[in-house]
Amino acid sequence: MATYQLVVNGENREVEAVPNTPLLWVLRDNLSLTGTKFGCGMAQCGACTVHLDGTPVRSCSTPVSTIGNKKVTTIEGIASADKVHPVQQAWMDENVPQCGYCQAGQIMSAVALLAKNPAPNDQDIETAMSGNICRCGTYERIRKAIKRAPNTTAK
Amino acid sequence: MKTALNESTIFKVSRRDFLKSTSMSVSGLLLGISFSCSDTTKKLTGNPDFVFTPSLFISLNGNGDVTLIAHRSEMGTGIRTSLPLVMADEMEADWNRVKVVQAVADEKYGDQNTDGSYSVRMFFTPLRKAGATVRLLLEQAAAKEWGVDVSECKAQNHEVVHSSGKSLGFGYLAEKAAALPIPAESSVTLKSPKDFKYIAKQSSIVDLKDIVTGKAKFGLDNNHLPNTKIAVIKRNPEPGAGLKSFVADKAMEVPGVLKIFTLDPPGFPTTLNKPLGGVVVVAENTWAALQGRKALEVTWNKGINADYDSHTYNSDMLRRAKTKGKVRRENGQVDSALKNAKKVIEADYMVPLLSHTPMETPCALAHVHDNVCEVWAPVQDPQGARKSLAEALKLDIKAVTVNVTLLGGAFGRKSKPDFVVEAALISRTMGTPVKILWTREDDIQHDFYHFPAAQHLKVGIDENNKVTSWLHRSVFPPIDGTSDSKAKEASGAELSMGMIDMPFAIENVCCETQEATVKTRIGWLRSVANIHHAYAVGCTLDEVAQARGVDPIQNALDLLGSDRSIEFNSLTTEFWNYGEKLEDFPWSTARFRKVIETAREKSNWGKNLPKGSGQGFAAHRSFLTYVACVVEVTVDANNKIRIPKVDYVVDCGTPVNPERIKAQFEGGAAFAASLALKSEITVTGGAVQQSNFHNYLVGRMSDSPYETAVHIMESNDKPTGVGEPPVPPFIPALCNAIFAATGKRIRQLPVRLT
Ligand code: FES
Ligand code: FES
Repeated sequence: MATYQLVVNGENREVEAVPNTPLLWVLRDNLSLTGTKFGCGMAQCGACTVHLDGTPVRSCSTPVSTIGNKKVTTIEGIASADKVHPVQQAWMDENVPQCGYCQAGQIMSAVALLAKNPAPNDQDIETAMSGNICRCGTYERIRKAIKRAPNTTAK
Repeated sequence: MKTALNESTIFKVSRRDFLKSTSMSVSGLLLGISFSCSDTTKKLTGNPDFVFTPSLFISLNGNGDVTLIAHRSEMGTGIRTSLPLVMADEMEADWNRVKVVQAVADEKYGDQNTDGSYSVRMFFTPLRKAGATVRLLLEQAAAKEWGVDVSECKAQNHEVVHSSGKSLGFGYLAEKAAALPIPAESSVTLKSPKDFKYIAKQSSIVDLKDIVTGKAKFGLDNNHLPNTKIAVIKRNPEPGAGLKSFVADKAMEVPGVLKIFTLDPPGFPTTLNKPLGGVVVVAENTWAALQGRKALEVTWNKGINADYDSHTYNSDMLRRAKTKGKVRRENGQVDSALKNAKKVIEADYMVPLLSHTPMETPCALAHVHDNVCEVWAPVQDPQGARKSLAEALKLDIKAVTVNVTLLGGAFGRKSKPDFVVEAALISRTMGTPVKILWTREDDIQHDFYHFPAAQHLKVGIDENNKVTSWLHRSVFPPIDGTSDSKAKEASGAELSMGMIDMPFAIENVCCETQEATVKTRIGWLRSVANIHHAYAVGCTLDEVAQARGVDPIQNALDLLGSDRSIEFNSLTTEFWNYGEKLEDFPWSTARFRKVIETAREKSNWGKNLPKGSGQGFAAHRSFLTYVACVVEVTVDANNKIRIPKVDYVVDCGTPVNPERIKAQFEGGAAFAASLALKSEITVTGGAVQQSNFHNYLVGRMSDSPYETAVHIMESNDKPTGVGEPPVPPFIPALCNAIFAATGKRIRQLPVRLT
């Protein structure tokens, strides 16, 4: 066991874990942040996607010992106090979710894409989202929501 | 995926009892909504905490807050929204004042087994009546308050309005209504469809915001019980076979590992509700449990399926499909008609084993203590889970509480409660709450797989270019065989999913089957036997059209014949109408024709497409819903298949929640594309060879349709299912489109173009 000081969704959190523990289980087991999901455990499905300093990573395959002082952002941390994130809003406007299980990961991938590229074309979207599986098959609406999101970004 | 097989195999009741219990469930529900005014004892004037509960499903408090019970499991269809909407609409409640509460497993709610695409079909009318009764009670309460006749009072949008314009809120009326006798059913009138406010209108699901903000609770997301431990199980790669020995020393050294012990295997047959057994590792946290399991050294026993090799097994089924089998439907003389035919189309079709792989793997939280058991789990069949838990723990059923979480997808997998029973057995041993996690490897290697199927079709066309004979042989192991080693023959229900319910007006028809032994756990996957039957029938029809030199859609319309209700019971003794009588839900060729004609029009069928592109068509009725589908594909130089456009036309009776119907069809198309283009489970030495999404492939964004247009027929007919019906016709429509684009017939899934 080792002690790690993490910054998760803007808060300092201290956790105890063995060094190779994936960030996913630290979030879920130690910090009770259950919005981030397990889907495969081997960086194949994207259900566990979170941001490290804004870059999307698969938390199931990211050992807690490698985080250092990078800021961790999860699905619980992207909304502001009074408003959901514009991408979350776009997801709601398009009624994207079916079962909803994959959607935290999808949204985190989409937020990262849009931060880099506010007006992605179909190919950009397909590439950025290729690591996220949705077994309910909400892909069409995910694409629509991503295209719609930049316009709803009230800056 | 409800077929007559379902509960009969899980709980060993005969088909007859099952049918009885289905109808009992409905009356059970009616009992549930049979109204009681016992709350009058709580009568406290002006008390905002007063709760009027006129029905098991509906309550209204003095503040005007309405609570509606969702008793069916939410796995992505939107049912947790759609059925409460029905009650709210009839009751004239304001949807914004409604809270939806998920029911625990309890027979008092009637049937809760969420599969078979029948939630809306079964509960639409009873729940409308429940809502309408409450509406009438509120109107009567207002009439009494004002001293006027009830005919002058009308409930609308959470208040009752008098013809003079004055009004009283639902909250104010709650207590007054509670004091009134329940009106006779005959005095309750249902709304006219034109007055529907929510039914057949767009609406978002109740969990939408919780889902997008990460607050929604799925199977593993309840962390409220202190001292919860995490368990994983190492299971024999050959399901059902036992354990020879294991060494736990290294595993016990993993920090956080608490205890390692065994669970007995079910033996053979493995059954639909018993856990597979194995070596259990319990730890303080998930990572420790997984690391501990990795460090286990286990030697397994070999069981009766140690020789199972899927390649050999499938080739053998395909070989036998070419030989005469047991006749399940016979009209006319197929053999002589085929002999006299001018052209004969003959083809074999093969569909492999498939895994469900819902995004959320099986999982549960259980707490067994002091002779009670409480679980939180993503189960499709809450009452079945409760029963299995009581049985496994030898507890009275009343001591078992099953809380149903959201299901992160299910597709039939979570109708089997084995994983919930595992959690409970482990919790009992540990004396603490326990969460069980199935890794993706566990899920893919120990599923209740969709069964493999081999088919042989032979169709004769005479000198007048008329189709005169139809021979269809289908060979696949029956799901019953998972629980009963003697069951080797497909059931009538399984064959009524696209084989013996073949609707075309062909004079000589013969449908045959061959026995097949279940060699691993198999179960229902979204649309069940419709998957392989619709595939083979839909592709064969395309070949028939080609042979006749007729457009595929015109060909289907030609073969359909005149508008009629097909009396399948006189064509075969084994016909099954998804548990409904043909009088109530006829097989209407007129409705079938209509969806096909509409698809021709809406899809711009026959439009000019560049080389390497093509359109394909198929239509299919399943779960009492009529669907026509046109798929457009493009195939590039690298044989990458893309699906730019899909057109569905669906007649599902009254479209209760059109927005979610559309979603089911979009998702159904992606699900069907995934299984047709990507997925295959293979077995050697009794063990599944795939383990995770790197070798069990599923559709990603680029494999899925770019645009799915869903045209819903307007209808006031009884509503029918939409969860499964999108899948069957999509697969042949896709394969026919690939043929149009490449000239290659697809006789085996998944599609391989090289
Ligand atoms: S759980 Fe991390 S990518 Fe699948
Ligand atoms: S919404 Fe169910 S897996 Fe994506």
